[in-house]
Amino acid sequence: MTARHLSPDDGAARQRAAAAPDGLRPTWTGRLRGRAVAALPPDKLLPDTQPAYVASWVYVFGALTLAALAIVVLSGAVLALKGPAWWHVSSVGLFFNSVHLWSTELFFFFMVVHLWAKFCMAAWRGRRRATWVTGVLAFVISIATAFTGYLSQQNFDSEWISTQAKDGINATGAGAFWNVLNFGQMLMWHIVLLPAVVGLFVGIHVLLVRRRGVVPPFADDRAAPSHEATATDDGASAAGEGQPATTGSKGAWQ
Amino acid sequence: MQSLAALVDLSTPGHYVHWGFVQISVANLVVIAVMLVVFALAVLLPFPHGRSKR
Repeated sequence: MTARHLSPDDGAARQRAAAAPDGLRPTWTGRLRGRAVAALPPDKLLPDTQPAYVASWVYVFGALTLAALAIVVLSGAVLALKGPAWWHVSSVGLFFNSVHLWSTELFFFFMVVHLWAKFCMAAWRGRRRATWVTGVLAFVISIATAFTGYLSQQNFDSEWISTQAKDGINATGAGAFWNVLNFGQMLMWHIVLLPAVVGLFVGIHVLLVRRRGVVPPFADDRAAPSHEATATDDGASAAGEGQPATTGSKGAWQ
Repeated sequence: MQSLAALVDLSTPGHYVHWGFVQISVANLVVIAVMLVVFALAVLLPFPHGRSKR
């Protein structure tokens, strides 16, 4: 990889290459690092304080959803390690099977309450549309993931669900490549493809929450109605990436 | 574990509520009701304050 020196009047490039030492144009890794750090500086990526309005139980359900998802993934990993001959017959296997089921139930329980809360807050305000959309996508794909999980139980319940679902799926045309009667295919969707997509959207969703901040209550939002109007040339809000202008200074925000 | 399982008899057919074209199991209806209660409590209950804010 070759590093080129910037000319003194190459201001725009110099700004983009702010992370590069000694005026060298960074490699793609350097540019990526610079953009990532600019978008999510460490104090924003892992904050140790939150706005005062976050001190409410209704703001807890996003974190509860993530905690339940972690239990889902961990219990699912144990089931994958040991296999169906274990989770169907041994007491410990049945326990982990139940943990996987009930953590999924709690995952959806918390996620729906989180969804209601954010809908009532109109949480897409303040340049948070992408946060809302990634949350919706994570929710919808989670439903498909849970559905393939029910198909993977290897019992009469999964047999009933798959035979009832096949006509509906076939009616959409998706049955041509997504056969709910194919256990192996449904298991792979359940443990590989769909969890990867859910994890991707949940990860993006959390990073966007870090970047834009937790949506403020309506009263605070009215106090700062110009989130988008105050956006600067680089797309960043003058009030701090969608955070209320009343909390633009760090002392007031925290 | 058996005493816990005895609380809910899973060996009988499920109970359903019919309301026009809407049909929902009592179990799902209970879960939705609990979610609504939890949501209301989350909005109304005061949040314990930990360390002081800067």
